[in-house]
Amino acid sequence: MKTKENKRGKIITAAIIISVFLFAAIAEKVAPPSWNMLFMVLKKGSIYVLIAVSMNLLNGFTGLFSLGQAGFMLLGAYTYGIFTIPVEDRASVYQYFDGGVIQFTIPVPLALLLSGLVAALFAFLIGLPVLRLKSDYLAIATLGFAEIIRAIFQWQALGPVTNGSNLLRKFPVFESTIAYFAVVGLCVAIILLLINSSYGRAFKAIREDEIAAEAMGINLAKHKMLAFCISSFFAGIGGALLAMYQTSVQAAIFKSAMTYEILLIVVIGGIGSISGSIIASFLYIACSEWWLRFLDQETILQPTERGKFIIVMAVVFVTLLVLMLIRIKKPKGKPRALYGTGAAVCAVVLVWLVYFALTGQTKVPLLRNGFRMVVFSVIIMIIVLFFSHGIMGTKELPDLFKPKEKEDGGKEAAL
Amino acid sequence: MSVVLPYLLSGISVGGQYALIAIGYTMVYGILRLINFAHGDVFMVAGVMMVYMCASMPWYIAMPLMIVFTVLIGFAIERVAYMPLRSAPRMSIMISAIGVSYLLQNLVAYITGGLSQQYPTIPFISDSINIGPANTKVVTVITPFLVIALVFALVMLINHTKIGMAMRAVAKDYDTAQLMGIRINSVISTTFVIGSFLAAIGSVLYFSNYTGVTYTSGAMPGLKAFVAAVFGGIGSIPGAVIGAFIIGISENIVKGFEAMLAVFGINSNIGIATFSDAVTFALLIIILVVKPTGLFGEKATDKV
Repeated sequence: MKTKENKRGKIITAAIIISVFLFAAIAEKVAPPSWNMLFMVLKKGSIYVLIAVSMNLLNGFTGLFSLGQAGFMLLGAYTYGIFTIPVEDRASVYQYFDGGVIQFTIPVPLALLLSGLVAALFAFLIGLPVLRLKSDYLAIATLGFAEIIRAIFQWQALGPVTNGSNLLRKFPVFESTIAYFAVVGLCVAIILLLINSSYGRAFKAIREDEIAAEAMGINLAKHKMLAFCISSFFAGIGGALLAMYQTSVQAAIFKSAMTYEILLIVVIGGIGSISGSIIASFLYIACSEWWLRFLDQETILQPTERGKFIIVMAVVFVTLLVLMLIRIKKPKGKPRALYGTGAAVCAVVLVWLVYFALTGQTKVPLLRNGFRMVVFSVIIMIIVLFFSHGIMGTKELPDLFKPKEKEDGGKEAAL
Repeated sequence: MSVVLPYLLSGISVGGQYALIAIGYTMVYGILRLINFAHGDVFMVAGVMMVYMCASMPWYIAMPLMIVFTVLIGFAIERVAYMPLRSAPRMSIMISAIGVSYLLQNLVAYITGGLSQQYPTIPFISDSINIGPANTKVVTVITPFLVIALVFALVMLINHTKIGMAMRAVAKDYDTAQLMGIRINSVISTTFVIGSFLAAIGSVLYFSNYTGVTYTSGAMPGLKAFVAAVFGGIGSIPGAVIGAFIIGISENIVKGFEAMLAVFGINSNIGIATFSDAVTFALLIIILVVKPTGLFGEKATDKV
């Protein structure tokens, strides 16, 4: 497939990555406090990068449809918490369990590694029975295991170790963004190396056709188990980082909704594209936590802002309406119901906008707590319905910077 | 017996309610091979609509209206979110289902302000009743009978009407059915209409037993109903119903396990009730490992 090495793409990609790291490192030192939101997004986004990439390794590259990610994150988060809470703080954290049974701590890097290993160990045990299942059955079985793990960690009888359904807190956390970046960067680099190794090619072969892969001498059981354990290992580390970011852990947050969220990120980025998962994670977190924040606040427009607001809304929705109407006319293409609904929604918004402009109201309707998530989920639906291949498809970042003529050459060769 | 009976009764009742949701999952899966993750949320939306409608009109008008609206929502979801992806990879349509579920939850969270809404009391079915030593609501008693009646009607519909025959044909072989002149889209829409209708009835029965509805109330019952459908063999309606009853009963037995042990003089206080949700999934994994296609599932043959 790839005959010539895409040097230019690689250099540009490396430059982008280095500049992002440098930016994070320098900006954090010099930025004013008002930039807090940015660093929050960068931290949480980088954690989601690791988890999304680990899920992509399994779902996108090996073709195993697993929905157990939240369970492995929980294992990682708890392992990290349990082994790093300082001994002197244990009495207050484990106040209902006489300070708990574990009375020692291990260093942070070791604890991170351990949280990955614990998740991988459980993945191995779970994988023994469930990896024989296929597609949807595998998905629902892994989802089930994640729920069982959650119940076990909330069990009062294990309280001396897990603190029952209470919070684990007071463990050491990373303060700086660059620390999260470093851990996540290292892990993603390892995953990339793995994907480009002979193991990675075996994973992709399994994804494309299990029977053909087996005929080519790939040990299915071994490679599936390997992918499952490695994916869980990194999900475990991701869980530990998430625990750090939140400064506390509670089993109740690792519900199946969290797995769905990560699956959405993977799909938005493009199933089978690592750079897609990375970009999508940051975009997802930035949208949900930062850029759409203003939708949650009741807003009263100033006279000057009001004109701008009406013009912007009109331009956006007239464009959308025209786009929808063009598509609806096409005899071939996606069913009309979708474009019809889209056009109808746009039309309703425009009619309302005229009413809004004529009556001279200044309060923007609908904006109040919770509206952000409604808009956010509508955006997700639009991406899912209209761009079902995601942002990157199966391409990686270097592919985007390929010189044009090379691409044409590739096409001719393919023809 | 006096200890076991209340748990058994509520187990049968919850099982019946799961059964009504599970039928929606199993029928859609049978035809589209899609885990309709939004189904649990349609069930929740039905509950929330009932709350708002009962505030402005008597329950006997609100309930039929609510059922009609739920059916319309189910129909609209299929037309807008699933139909455009008919030819897309199976993963895309499933993601679309997750997206719809996300949207419904956020929409309800926005409308209700994220607060739990008090479910209206419906005369008669919310009344208390004594069965032997157990005190319970009428809804607990009528649920299993209603479920059996509805399932009977549904099985008759599927086995003895034209649309039922079309459904079976589409479930058997999608492409061939299309070639034979069956209108695939109307068959799929009918499936969603039936599923939403049963979910709406299930929501009345289910939420009457609980104090409130919130935007997350649909997630767990939805997941359990889906597990019930897989447990019974996905695609099979009797399987889904039996699976739902088994799951409902075992969940409640686990809830009351310690109280039952106490009767025999064993006093334990280790919090087994924490596992009332987990036991559902444990059952699922056991059945999947022993019989991967579920209790009544057809054996799938691998084609090379």
